[in-house]
Amino acid sequence: MDFFTTYVWPVIVIAAESLLLLVVLLVAIAYVLYADRKIWAAVQMRRGPNVVGPWGLFQSFADLLKFVLKEPVIPAGANKGVFLLAPLVSCVLALAAWAVIPVNVGWVIANINVGILYIFAISSLGVYGIIMAGWASNSKYPFLAALRSAAQMVSYEVSIGFVIITVLLVAGSLNLSQIVEAQNGKYGLFSWYWLPLLPMFVIFYVSALAETNRPPFDLVEAESELVAGFMVEYGSTPYMMFMLGEYVAISTMCAMATILFLGGWLPPAPFAPFTWVPGVVWFVLKALFMFFLFAMAKAIVPRYRYDQLMRLGWKVFLPLSLAMVVIVAAVLQFGLPFGLLAPQGG
Amino acid sequence: MIVQAIFFYLFACICVGSAFMVIASRNPVHSVLFLILAFVNAAGLFVLMGAEFLAMILIVVYVGAVAVLFLFVVMMLDVDFAELRQGFFQYLPFGMVIGGIFLAELVLVVGAWTLGSNLPLESPIPAHITNTEVIGLVLYTRYVYFFELSGIVLLVAMIGAIVLTLQHRVRVRRQKISSQVSRSRATAIEVRTVRPGQGLEGNA
Repeated sequence: MDFFTTYVWPVIVIAAESLLLLVVLLVAIAYVLYADRKIWAAVQMRRGPNVVGPWGLFQSFADLLKFVLKEPVIPAGANKGVFLLAPLVSCVLALAAWAVIPVNVGWVIANINVGILYIFAISSLGVYGIIMAGWASNSKYPFLAALRSAAQMVSYEVSIGFVIITVLLVAGSLNLSQIVEAQNGKYGLFSWYWLPLLPMFVIFYVSALAETNRPPFDLVEAESELVAGFMVEYGSTPYMMFMLGEYVAISTMCAMATILFLGGWLPPAPFAPFTWVPGVVWFVLKALFMFFLFAMAKAIVPRYRYDQLMRLGWKVFLPLSLAMVVIVAAVLQFGLPFGLLAPQGG
Repeated sequence: MIVQAIFFYLFACICVGSAFMVIASRNPVHSVLFLILAFVNAAGLFVLMGAEFLAMILIVVYVGAVAVLFLFVVMMLDVDFAELRQGFFQYLPFGMVIGGIFLAELVLVVGAWTLGSNLPLESPIPAHITNTEVIGLVLYTRYVYFFELSGIVLLVAMIGAIVLTLQHRVRVRRQKISSQVSRSRATAIEVRTVRPGQGLEGNA
């Protein structure tokens, strides 16, 4: 009985929670994909998907069925094991990051002390899915695309790391729930970190676009140069898993931006009509706002050239974010002049 | 306790097994992938010991950055396996000597550590401080010189790598980003009306 209450029951609870999160997340991804296509279409004055279901609402599920029912083709020259492992890696890693994301007070599967480092580590592993796919396809274009994309993701991870360090310095914790609580100030929406750390918010947004291979940094699948990027040789379910992994990674980045800069589940103003709304609603609204920014960037910005992308990462963002880490640390230690901010250092 | 033990043996077995596969597998890319598996399982062992900060740093630094570079290099090498295996018996005694020395050192270190671990800690760590804070507290006070020194070693290595690879080639056209960005409409294009049948010269 003791064994049951200490080990078996928590495992059942965690499994049930994970399953619930997975189902909610996958349905959300289906509609995020639909929203992406609709926003893109609206900017270009097209209708977008509008045939399957009312207003095309079931389009993503039709696409899912189409992918699953097709025959997976494995190229003769491919390294079979690694070829099939790659989409699994990229999909599972993207989903695993959601285990530590708190969507409300205490609504988190694993409230670990190093949550933010965990997400950073998991997202830095995402590059393996791409490299493995490119290499295992045993074909020129996928390999070139994989090398290119790996270099891109590793470069922008550096600035994301510095952005995270700045937020950690201000919040004083690596726990995601405590980072959100630290933003709970008396000015509501203006005490969230997007305002005091505005340059870092911009850097994080652009780096997140590059890290998830979204336009304008979608050089991985630059179809004019590389056919369709590292997934040229993939079709049916394995291809769908890459696609799913990509969109889950995007939603993770939106959730990260919400937690680090937009105050997570906190209401925009700390008084009555806003505090009645449950925190999870605010969280979802903020994450959707971030996703809207992602989708608009895809619709209105032309693609970068590869050398411009590398220059932006290493010569602009890296020095800028490094300088901000030093400045923020100094401000926290010594305070601001004219009594704007007292020293926080202990 | 039994669940911790099961997970310890699971991680440890996979770690040792994949470490063996690193040297045993025929394909170098598979070797690197097994190396990554070994790193991830070592991180799992760290988590079991309660050192979650070290576990995450291990994954971020070794798996997320160092192993990616390994994989890059190995994928682009054209390795001839037959040639690789030729000198195996020639180098075997040499390798065994190095392995033997390494094993002896490990035994000595682990033996000494078992003796030392019976001694009490100087001051017990309070339960409410997370291990990230604890590492920060000792790293920037007691071991600050070692920490700074390792930073300098890394800096020297970085500068060395840049010096070794940087070449100032003459007659190479380089981009001047500032002049590209500061181009205006007036310096970039010229609008002319072209009359039919006359070409550009006719209406200049």
